[in-house]
Amino acid sequence: MIDDSRALLADLQSVLGPDRARAEPLELALYARDAGVARGRAAVVCFPETGAQVADAVRVAARHDRPFVARGSGTGLAGGATPVDDPLVIVTTRLNRVLEVDAEERYAWVEPGVLNLDLSREVAHLGLHYAPDPSSQQACTIGGNVATNAGGPHCLASGVTATHVLALEVVLADGSVAMLGGLAPDHPGLDLRGCFVGSEGTMGIATRIAVRLTPDPPVVRTLLLDFTSIEDAAATVSGIIAAGIVPAALEMMDAEITRAVEAYVGAGYPRDAAAVLLVELDGLDGGVAHQVDAVERVGLEHGARTVRIAADDAERALLWKGRKSAFGAIARIAPDYYLHDAVVPRTKLVEVLRQVYAIAHEQRLTMMNVFHAGDGNLHPLIVFDAREPGVWERVHRAGDEILAACVAAGGVLSGEHGIGLEKREAMPLVFSADDLDAQARLRDAFDPSGRANPRKVLPRGSRCGELQRVPEGAWI
Amino acid sequence: MPTVTEVDELCEAVARAGTVAAVGSRTHWEVGGPAPAGDDVTLVHAPAGIVTYDPADLTVTVAAGTRSDELAAVLAAEGQESVLDPRDPAATVGGLLATGLSGPRRLRHGPLRDRVLEVRFVTADGRVVKGGGPTVKNVSGFDLPRLLVGSFGRVGVLVQVTLRCQPLPARAEWFVTPADPFALRRELYRPSCLLWDGSRTHVLLEGVAADVAAERARVDGAEAATAPALPVGPHRGRISVRPSALRELAPVLDTVGARWAAEVGVGTVHVATDDETALDGARAAAVAAGGWLLREAGAPGLDGFGGTLPNAKLMGRVLDAFDPGSKLSPGRLPVEAAGG
Repeated sequence: MIDDSRALLADLQSVLGPDRARAEPLELALYARDAGVARGRAAVVCFPETGAQVADAVRVAARHDRPFVARGSGTGLAGGATPVDDPLVIVTTRLNRVLEVDAEERYAWVEPGVLNLDLSREVAHLGLHYAPDPSSQQACTIGGNVATNAGGPHCLASGVTATHVLALEVVLADGSVAMLGGLAPDHPGLDLRGCFVGSEGTMGIATRIAVRLTPDPPVVRTLLLDFTSIEDAAATVSGIIAAGIVPAALEMMDAEITRAVEAYVGAGYPRDAAAVLLVELDGLDGGVAHQVDAVERVGLEHGARTVRIAADDAERALLWKGRKSAFGAIARIAPDYYLHDAVVPRTKLVEVLRQVYAIAHEQRLTMMNVFHAGDGNLHPLIVFDAREPGVWERVHRAGDEILAACVAAGGVLSGEHGIGLEKREAMPLVFSADDLDAQARLRDAFDPSGRANPRKVLPRGSRCGELQRVPEGAWI
Repeated sequence: MPTVTEVDELCEAVARAGTVAAVGSRTHWEVGGPAPAGDDVTLVHAPAGIVTYDPADLTVTVAAGTRSDELAAVLAAEGQESVLDPRDPAATVGGLLATGLSGPRRLRHGPLRDRVLEVRFVTADGRVVKGGGPTVKNVSGFDLPRLLVGSFGRVGVLVQVTLRCQPLPARAEWFVTPADPFALRRELYRPSCLLWDGSRTHVLLEGVAADVAAERARVDGAEAATAPALPVGPHRGRISVRPSALRELAPVLDTVGARWAAEVGVGTVHVATDDETALDGARAAAVAAGGWLLREAGAPGLDGFGGTLPNAKLMGRVLDAFDPGSKLSPGRLPVEAAGG
């Protein structure tokens, strides 16, 4: 095995250049995990700088019959970029050019290593932005966003990554290059572009991405509502939707996280609130004014103590800074956290939240909730000190129970983080053997070799007669 | 309400059949490649009816054989819509999704494929498979819903789908203007449709009345109008080009004798002709503009898509994975099966 990896490294260095492939222990350790908890082991790490070099690297991996894992900034939380089966890790962060911006047609071609927020910054002077805005947007890459079909607060009205990706140049597992989708609205035949987005690196590596750019709304209003009970806040969320309003964003933070954030950034969040809602409304003057009134009314009807409307862009930015810094604020409370991600129907929010807190209480864990309430996307966050004996067992047990409660309420396993390694064994909670077999067929059609990010997303045994189909020489 | 028995029967029929074609209202029967014909073809019908609808969740689950106008009426009663917008309201949800034809409000509301949250379909070997999930946000597993939308029945027979809903706009207003449609696209904030016929543009604005009025007031020569009809004729097709190609494509379509209406900002052009040759000419113009033309009706002498599909090999592998015997509407999406 070690000799094999040496040969792989030597081949990569001769194809990519000596600096672009490495296997020093420190380097390998850096790439052994993403921002999730699962740790793996990379055999070799390479740093291509062009799409052609990505294809070269994939072809070298194919010659060596070696799995490969694409990786951007490594901000994923589900272990999607964790190397399993001694793979080649292909880091895409050096492919970081914005290749083309067309303000008239409102799209941009970018390389996968472009940071999400950098793209919005680059097109801001044109009155445009890239709509998906995961909380990690300062650090995460658009390639990674494509792999996980990333969301973010503003996906409530504008849709997740899949709705903003027009075309993808991808390198398939055999090293061939395909263009999926295009700038025309429809593309003849199957929507392979749609299949690829969210496939967590198991169908290939995107090397160029055409994304839709969204015009900045003429008017934006951000409201902060605070409540003395989390039930009232959740009922307000349902009330807003029921009033026929789909805000641009509708975020909830519970008491613990609100206090933590306030201590961290001083955004002016009420420290004694049981829950706060951050509501953003955008569009034209009349519609926004109407929606601001309606949200205020619904909030007050459901017991909001105060409704604060950000007076200017600076105040608006501060309120958002609080929300997006939530995970930084946690570090001040406990050394470790486990962030969950599940979705429930909006009408089940109150009921499921109650269960989630009860589960944490039963497992004697500190739980906070900061999440995309508008689309029912929960992010229960367990904070703990991993040095405490037995705590991991309780953290995992609570996680399993939370997921089960969400599924029982008609929910799904993940809203935006993905399945990766973390939730792969939970897939049978929502999918039958036939459902999983169909997903495996799709994945295998893209990558018959099974070497593209193996063992991710699908649980063991997803394929009918799986054992017979494992290719010779595979690491089982 | 679809009953288990109905879907069970459908599974059995599909499993036994030599060749299968799913039938809805036949409003989209001629879209794409030819439907299977001959004695060994088994026609199957998906069940119809609303399965679950909770307006507060903004989602509806519906059996695939449900007519889109019946669904629209149920949603409208709660002040909501799912923006399917078929050309013919009799179209079933399943037929519409199988062909993947988005409606004219795509400019604001996005393509049809973005409305589908969960699908259930019967596979070639007669099993029911679910893909996606019932919530408005979901990344659990691979995106089978997007695979099914626009797959022309080649991956499976749709039996049930969950769709995203949204509040109906407080006001929706059409007007017509001689103004340059590309300038309108730049200047108006999120119009719902800009339908250009070469001389005039029909504009649809949706929102609260004050905003609709204010936006309309910004347009020179705006006159009140009703919803425009799409071009009609015995031979029809739909061109897809990048939006910036419309300006050059339009005069060529006039030259070949096609009646057309272009969705500015989207890149869809609805084309109708009196003879098949003219539709073929429109297809040639589309290809020259870097796009393609999907046959929607008539033109029996033309193939559905015009030439080999891009990524035919990869598509062939996907189709082969789901339907190794090519029994599901094989001619509709003419991709050579990879043959393992």
